Amino acid sequence: MTGLLRPSAVGRSPVRVDGPAKVTGRAPYAYEQPVREPAYVHPVQATIARGRVTAIHTGAALALDGVLTVLTPENAPHLERGIDPELEILQSPDVAFRGQLVGAVVAETPEVARQAAGLVRIEYERAEHDCVFSADRTDLYRPEVVNPSLPTDTSDGDVGTALRDAERTVVATYTTAMTHNNPMEPHTTVAVWDDDGLTLYDSTQGVHAMRESVAPVLGLDPGVVRVVAPYVGGGFGSKGTAHAHLVLAALAAKRTAGRPVKLALTRQQMFSLVGYRTPTVQRVGLGADPDGRLTALSVDVVEQTARIKEFAEQTGVPARKVYAAPNRRTTHRLAALDVPVPSWMRAPGECPGMFGPEVAMDELAQACDIDPVELRIRNEPETDPETGLPFSSRDLVGCLREGADRFGWRRRDPRPRARLEDGWWVGTGVASSTYPVHASPGTTATVRISPDGRYEVLIGAVDIGTGAWTALTQIAADALGVPAEDVHLHIGDTDLPEAPVAGGSSGTTNWGSAIVAAARSFREKYGPDAGPGDEHTASTAENPFAQRYAMRAFGAQFAEVRVHADTGEIRVPRLLGVFAAGRIVNPRTARSQLTGGMTMGLSMALHEESVFDDRFGFVVNHDLAEYHIATCADVRSVEAYWRDEHDPYVNPMGTKGIGEIGIVGTAAAIANAAHHATGARVRDLPMTPDKFCE
Amino acid sequence: MDADITLTVDGERRALTVDTRVTLLDALRDRLGVTSPKKGCDHGQCGTCTVLLDGRRATTCLAFAVAHDGAEITTSAGLGAGDGGVGAEPAHPLHRAFLEHDGFQCGYCTPGQICSAAGMLAEAEAGWPSAVTPDVAERPALDEAEIRERMSGNLCRCGAYPGIVAAILGVAEGRRT
Ligand code: FES
Ligand code: FES
Repeated sequence: MTGLLRPSAVGRSPVRVDGPAKVTGRAPYAYEQPVREPAYVHPVQATIARGRVTAIHTGAALALDGVLTVLTPENAPHLERGIDPELEILQSPDVAFRGQLVGAVVAETPEVARQAAGLVRIEYERAEHDCVFSADRTDLYRPEVVNPSLPTDTSDGDVGTALRDAERTVVATYTTAMTHNNPMEPHTTVAVWDDDGLTLYDSTQGVHAMRESVAPVLGLDPGVVRVVAPYVGGGFGSKGTAHAHLVLAALAAKRTAGRPVKLALTRQQMFSLVGYRTPTVQRVGLGADPDGRLTALSVDVVEQTARIKEFAEQTGVPARKVYAAPNRRTTHRLAALDVPVPSWMRAPGECPGMFGPEVAMDELAQACDIDPVELRIRNEPETDPETGLPFSSRDLVGCLREGADRFGWRRRDPRPRARLEDGWWVGTGVASSTYPVHASPGTTATVRISPDGRYEVLIGAVDIGTGAWTALTQIAADALGVPAEDVHLHIGDTDLPEAPVAGGSSGTTNWGSAIVAAARSFREKYGPDAGPGDEHTASTAENPFAQRYAMRAFGAQFAEVRVHADTGEIRVPRLLGVFAAGRIVNPRTARSQLTGGMTMGLSMALHEESVFDDRFGFVVNHDLAEYHIATCADVRSVEAYWRDEHDPYVNPMGTKGIGEIGIVGTAAAIANAAHHATGARVRDLPMTPDKFCE
Repeated sequence: MDADITLTVDGERRALTVDTRVTLLDALRDRLGVTSPKKGCDHGQCGTCTVLLDGRRATTCLAFAVAHDGAEITTSAGLGAGDGGVGAEPAHPLHRAFLEHDGFQCGYCTPGQICSAAGMLAEAEAGWPSAVTPDVAERPALDEAEIRERMSGNLCRCGAYPGIVAAILGVAEGRRT
């Protein structure tokens, strides 16, 4: 690494490069990519939670005018097995969860496809299913690693003894709900399979990642698969990995032999096919001396996975990183159930994992009679508590102090249930936030000068709403030493240099680093007077500091909550977060990412719960009328600030990632504020009114 | 069953034949290639498909195309473009305000938000009250609380609400002065 980039365009707030196309609606998302005479695919889903298809009657569907074909397990093209069970669709009659794909209709119009899908009659042999999630199950198991490949359990010292001997303890169980990502743009794939190969216009967080997942399953050389995603309507993790519908679209396109097919999942279908956040049960133990200094910290997590494919959310991981304590333990145990496959949802691990422990810290503050901001500052570790490595930078204390000042924390009366205004109990709360810095070496970018003399920057990045179109343009401008207007960025296509997903808050880190590497070596090669046709490609190397420093972003979340004294209705008039997340590339779009994350945290705290009917194995409230996400009227003041942080170790831009940290800790801050308001300690999300009326 | 209808979309008259089950949204997107209105739920629950339908905001996924023969539709692409049809650049003050306040991230809800805002501003100007209007006999003053209430039919999973409200408030205030 040759030092931090000198910021010129970086740090400014140009409006989004893709903004004009988005506000008018001209930006083409996956479904809107121009293809000629498409056919339409409508999936058929299993209506049992476990068993097998014994007969599938397609006659009525095929008889319908406009139906081109019906795909079933009996006639579907062959897929390679043993690679990814989620993607191996229609290869056997087995049903592993309700909602699994068991067929699909391809037709001339979406209406006919949908009607025909309803006419496909399936006979099943049912097997007994088990969808009951509980921490008391006797068959919980210990996964080998937790997402992405972190240790399942950790232990230092002797937590049991330390908890027993501690003068102040909190031992309690906290739960978070099953939740669904629900990006506004439903998962969509437009597939064309012709002599040139397979082209997938996909609503995805990573074009190369989709190709890598799907090509081997289809038995194709990745070179003949092209994935295109110039504009994506949100993802929040659910578009970060390939899901079954992507393969279904490809199979349908194979059948239509050259004719394009469009497959847009319905909102309802998304509840069983594109991942979700597992419910979690978190048993948290904190032991401290009377001054609030932690002597013991344990987090024992139980969550669910699908029997068909394991996903182990790393919920206990943030507790390994935030506070110092000599005796520590984290564990993860899973219930493998006949349920849809869980996956990434915004800040997997960190988001649910900073709920239980951060509410427990509030309870400890109360037990020690210490201000909750001060309690956190007292437990600030010198080095990474898990590894002993120094932090490349860490400013949680600065975030807490600045946040307390901005929020007006000092005026707070610490007593719970002390402020009643117009029939509403009012309170305030705080929680810490953190998110790791991820990096994927080997990310590649190309810089070249076009015939008309403009700088072209090419990389297979994807903008899912993060502002990548704009931020990468700014980074490229500074790396090349030219005005941003002179840079023409190309992203969202596997024909561009290979790049990892928009995920793990690592987009700007990975893509930006590759662009800086390409620009710097371009300049070395051609000097300042490069001309049309000059071109250079470079990849990111392993960060030499990655083994020497612990790298994380931190933040402090403050919330004001009002709970109606009679009805239990809960409102959040104010959220304020201060983050230490390295250098901020574009304050305008960064603020939106942080406040957007905080808003999703509010939504998680108050509204979101996928109500799972374990008798039948499906989410009952599987649409946006019943799966509530925060609306405009639910969200009032949301402010995000950041510390001026210069971290020379993370990457040449000095960025740490801001896509996820905004959602981390928000729900805990709201729960703590609700306790301060009412005196009622709610340990289970979401905090619906009934929980304040007990 | 098919039916012949005409629609005027962003100033342009278009004739088409539709299956009578086709929603107005699908008629626009799949038949006419007008993709400014988006499909987020297809059930009237999210607002991404909002357009101005004969001058008023409407969720097109809840309307059958055949029931709107002869209708005038304005999408965000046509908003502010005047009689000249769809221009190349964002032409409406709401477009510019959304850009300035960063009232979006992924942009998928945005054309619907903007059409909804345009319809909502007209409703407020016409004196229509909302659930939070203190005195329904009075002319509602469009403050943040009113805007939030009136815009709650348009979901934004990116959580761009603070920017959306600021953008609309700016335009509303600009109109008052
Ligand atoms: S698509 Fe029409 S309201 Fe959601
Ligand atoms: S901008 Fe993404 S849903 Fe609103």
